[in-house]
Amino acid sequence: MTATETERPAADTGTPVLSLRGIEKSFGAVHVLRGVDLDIYSGKVTALVGDNGAGKSTLIKGIAGIHGFDAGDYSFEGQPVTVHSPRDANALGIEVVYQDLALCDNLDVVHNMFLGREMLKARLLDESTMEQRARTTLDGLSVRTLQSVRTPVAALSGGQRQTVAIARAVLWNSKVVILDEPTAALGVAQTEQVLALVRRLADHGLGVLLISHNLNDVFEVADEIAVLYLGTMVAQVEAGEVNNSQVVELITTGQATGRSAGTSKGEGA
Amino acid sequence: MTTTDEQPMRQQSIGDAFGDYLTRLRGGDVGALPAMAGLVALVLVFTALSGSTFTNAFNFSNLILQGSAIAVFAMGLVFVLLLGEIDLSAGYTGGVTAGVLGILMTRHAWPWVPALVVALLCGTLIGLSIGLLVARLGIPSFVVTLSYFLGLQGLLLLETGAGGTIAYRNNEILAIMNNNMPVWLGWVFALVTIVAYAALGFARRVTRVRAGLATPTILVWVAKTAAFAIVIVAATAYLSKERSRNVFLASLKGIPIVVPIVGALLVFLTFLLTRTAWGRHVYAVGGNAEAARRAGISVAWVRISCFMMCSTLATVGGVLLASRTNSVNPQTGGAETLLYGVGAAVIGGTSLFGGKGRPLDGLLGASVIAVIINGMTLQGQSQGRVYIITGAVLLLAASVDAISRRRASASGRV
Ligand SMILES: Nc1ncnc2c1ncn2[C@@H]1O[C@H](COP(=O)(O)OP(=O)(O)OP(=O)(O)O)[C@@H](O)[C@H]1O
Ligand SMILES: [Mg+2]
Repeated sequence: MTATETERPAADTGTPVLSLRGIEKSFGAVHVLRGVDLDIYSGKVTALVGDNGAGKSTLIKGIAGIHGFDAGDYSFEGQPVTVHSPRDANALGIEVVYQDLALCDNLDVVHNMFLGREMLKARLLDESTMEQRARTTLDGLSVRTLQSVRTPVAALSGGQRQTVAIARAVLWNSKVVILDEPTAALGVAQTEQVLALVRRLADHGLGVLLISHNLNDVFEVADEIAVLYLGTMVAQVEAGEVNNSQVVELITTGQATGRSAGTSKGEGA
Repeated sequence: MTTTDEQPMRQQSIGDAFGDYLTRLRGGDVGALPAMAGLVALVLVFTALSGSTFTNAFNFSNLILQGSAIAVFAMGLVFVLLLGEIDLSAGYTGGVTAGVLGILMTRHAWPWVPALVVALLCGTLIGLSIGLLVARLGIPSFVVTLSYFLGLQGLLLLETGAGGTIAYRNNEILAIMNNNMPVWLGWVFALVTIVAYAALGFARRVTRVRAGLATPTILVWVAKTAAFAIVIVAATAYLSKERSRNVFLASLKGIPIVVPIVGALLVFLTFLLTRTAWGRHVYAVGGNAEAARRAGISVAWVRISCFMMCSTLATVGGVLLASRTNSVNPQTGGAETLLYGVGAAVIGGTSLFGGKGRPLDGLLGASVIAVIINGMTLQGQSQGRVYIITGAVLLLAASVDAISRRRASASGRV
């Protein structure tokens, strides 16, 4: 049917920058991911939706190397890769913005953006280069909400913090950015800002995976929608091909009436 | 906090710089202000009460000697406090390792340099073992260091023998707390310090201007450098005065030798914390250990290294104590040593919640404590009252810390 929804994406959508096949993951007796397939394309926002506990965070933690997958194929830019640690993922160009932001409140914007990957000159911190690069990155993303990059993160609003976390993810010529519910705690205006930022990432040519519970957000920015239901990927379709209620149905039942698409993979549930 | 118009030339006026400072104060980032204010207030009070008995040059140098060991212990404790951890055993670590130094020098006739190196290594090793237990086994540092507190106290007792002492006879080690620099050397030292301070500040400015980053006007640098120079020159001049009661018996003038030692430690530790990636990681782990872990920082190593830092500096503190009393006894590093050390760090502005603190805090807080002890003793106040007042000041500092944290989180989500 559609080009992107099954194991063999058709040529016209290009090859995915990141692709997973048959991913399995258990925590002890809890079988969380059951044969999950997922494709992320450069220049596109892929939304990953699913109910609480469907396994979304588990899936992206595996992609990021925080914990390994039990089985399945993980390929990046067409090459099979093994990712054992966050560093491996970073080296490939994969960056994650976590649900709980993972920023240090006591450090300023620049320090947070370069955390763990500080730039050094003569083995010492190169503050001015880091500050310049932070500025350039924020300007490149048309971020206008940060007065000073030397403000401690504790003093920023939720949207500003999210902006810092996202800017940090694109600082490193990353190819894939994964965002876990970036708008969950934000008000209307800040949500709009962050979504615009997410869109801009894709327009800059990055592959974006966006996890969200808010279908309005999803339909606003996503090019593709992937639905995870009880650890099974029941659909990955182009956003234009489904409507809101069909996605809701997929999320809650793992199947959608009125479209033949979901059935091909719905048997896992 | 919203958009500002982009200024092509990011040059801040002195008003901007001051405004920034006020904003930070209101946001709960009080920095060194309370400790400085407290210090000034205490000095004024004791000057009013005791007059020249308090302000004379002899007492000033005495004050420095009283405060320097506390300052060194406190600077070490800043590293573990930055992580939100505690080292209750720092005092006795200092005592035990000072004992090691004494045993090697006095009983085994080692030269002081290798003996000091071994003593410092013993301190580092104690810190390593504490760090491993905390970071690898996951035992709370409170419990680990409480055990060490008891264990090391016992070890010190075994070293000295019940009621015994380990004498220090080495002149170089004794000189630290008992001798002064020649007056001319003191002035050279003061001058070098001022020039270095000015040059570092200027170099930082130049880098920022060249990189096109927001830079305060040159006047800020001038004012800071001038203030620094005035303090240093005044202190040096005062310490260069003759302060012997009987000049014919012995002349007593010049900067105590411990001053450049503590000064060098302060500069070195501040440099480590602010200019190296390791230092940045210490703050990160203290601020949000999970974020640091996800950023690829080895949280365990940061923890272990901070405990090593604390214990090594505790060795220095212990040697200072022993140098002052010419010996190590079962109480060296015991009694209130640790409490004053932690108290000094907190009074200076280091947060007990982790993530906030500087080596300078240890020095400032130690000055406050030394002034309280010294001033009250001169007033003929009993030890009991000294403890009560010190405790009250510590409580005050902890309240400032807690309140400024509340303000910080309140000013957070706008
Ligand atoms: N470390 C773990 N140990 C055991 N079980 C876990 C662990 N992490 C996740 N799980 C389980 O895996 C399942 C999926 O969790 P996950 O956090 O991936 O869900 P999610 O789709 O991100 O949900 P939400 O929308 O609430 O964020 C849940 O049942 C959860 O209890
Ligand atoms: Mg989740």
